[in-house]
Amino acid sequence: MTTLLFAVLVAVVSFAAGLLGSLTGLGGGLIVVPLLTVGFGVDIRYAIGASLVSIIATSSGAAAAFVREGFTNVRVGVLLEVATTVGALAGALVSSYISPRALAGLFGVTLLFTAWRSFQQHHDHPPAPESDPVAARLRLDSTYPTPTGMQPYTVHNVPAGFSIMFGAGILSALLGIGAGVVKVIAMDQAMRLPFKVSTTTSNFMIGVTAAASAGVYLRRGYIDPTVAFPVMLGVLGGALLGARLLTVVHPRKLRLVFTAVVVVMSIQMLYRAATGGA
Amino acid sequence: MNRFVKGEEELAMEQVVGRVLQAGVAISAIVVVVGALLLLVRHGGTLPNFRTFAGEPDALRSLAGIVRGAAAFDAYALVQLGLVLLIATPIVRVFLTLVGFAMQRDRLYVAVTAIVLGVLLWSIMGTS
Repeated sequence: MTTLLFAVLVAVVSFAAGLLGSLTGLGGGLIVVPLLTVGFGVDIRYAIGASLVSIIATSSGAAAAFVREGFTNVRVGVLLEVATTVGALAGALVSSYISPRALAGLFGVTLLFTAWRSFQQHHDHPPAPESDPVAARLRLDSTYPTPTGMQPYTVHNVPAGFSIMFGAGILSALLGIGAGVVKVIAMDQAMRLPFKVSTTTSNFMIGVTAAASAGVYLRRGYIDPTVAFPVMLGVLGGALLGARLLTVVHPRKLRLVFTAVVVVMSIQMLYRAATGGA
Repeated sequence: MNRFVKGEEELAMEQVVGRVLQAGVAISAIVVVVGALLLLVRHGGTLPNFRTFAGEPDALRSLAGIVRGAAAFDAYALVQLGLVLLIATPIVRVFLTLVGFAMQRDRLYVAVTAIVLGVLLWSIMGTS
């Protein structure tokens, strides 16, 4: 396959991944690595490098809008970024000791977990007026916009959230994904932030987390321009279109389609892990 | 309920951070597009090898090498420069957040943000 043909095909596929990822809120990075490795035979290390770069592009674009709308809790984000960046750095540094086969297996399990999570209903927690002492000392409590005006909320279980975020950082670096699902679990389930605040703050952190491992991967030669540019431009284009379409299309059916794609990818990755071949 | 209310400085900082993120992505995307077009025109017919991992040449791994190559209009280095600018965007965001906390005289969060900035700078400029 020539460079030109490869670039066109990868850009088209990445565009679709970015579009579906942004419409469903699950992110395009999740299926980019399996698409590149299974679909195009790209070495998983080049695929991870390209995926990380595309994640920085889409999360920075989306985070910009959410930060300005006032959903993002910047203090919570910055505090937890300590955990995700240190985790990402650790993940990037140990990644060279992990075989591509083991990475494929971890990827398959992560995809299955994400598919399962995407079918879970989420309910916002009843407001807890009493503050958690750690959260109060760190001044994490804040407000977010709702249809009825600015709504105050309190933050809980900071150490638990911090620990889960360290794991999210490792996962993000090892697999080249945003690990948004894990980040949302840490904030929504453990720290009991409102769901909308959890998802937007997760997005706010994803770019920083990805940058921590992308820096290491760049220096290690994992970021190949020929592979990375069609992925980055494709995913970014798809995500931008998705953000515009979000008000028009109903994401429920798309979520089903995307989840089906994720399950197929996870089977492919688990198969690779089991057989060790292409 | 005063602790819930966001100060004016905090809101202004959020605006600036949002704009910087958008500008960073836009600038890096433009550089990548220019590099990519050049790459396809010059090397579109070549057969790339990405099935087996060889690692990038030194010129495409170090900041100095990438800048030197981009200045000489090497297509691969130009794409790589765009990607470096993209990786730098969240780092600039963290730096601005630090400045914002400093303006609010929020020492605790200046320290927290400085740790994140340190990790990121070490990641992109470190030697291991």
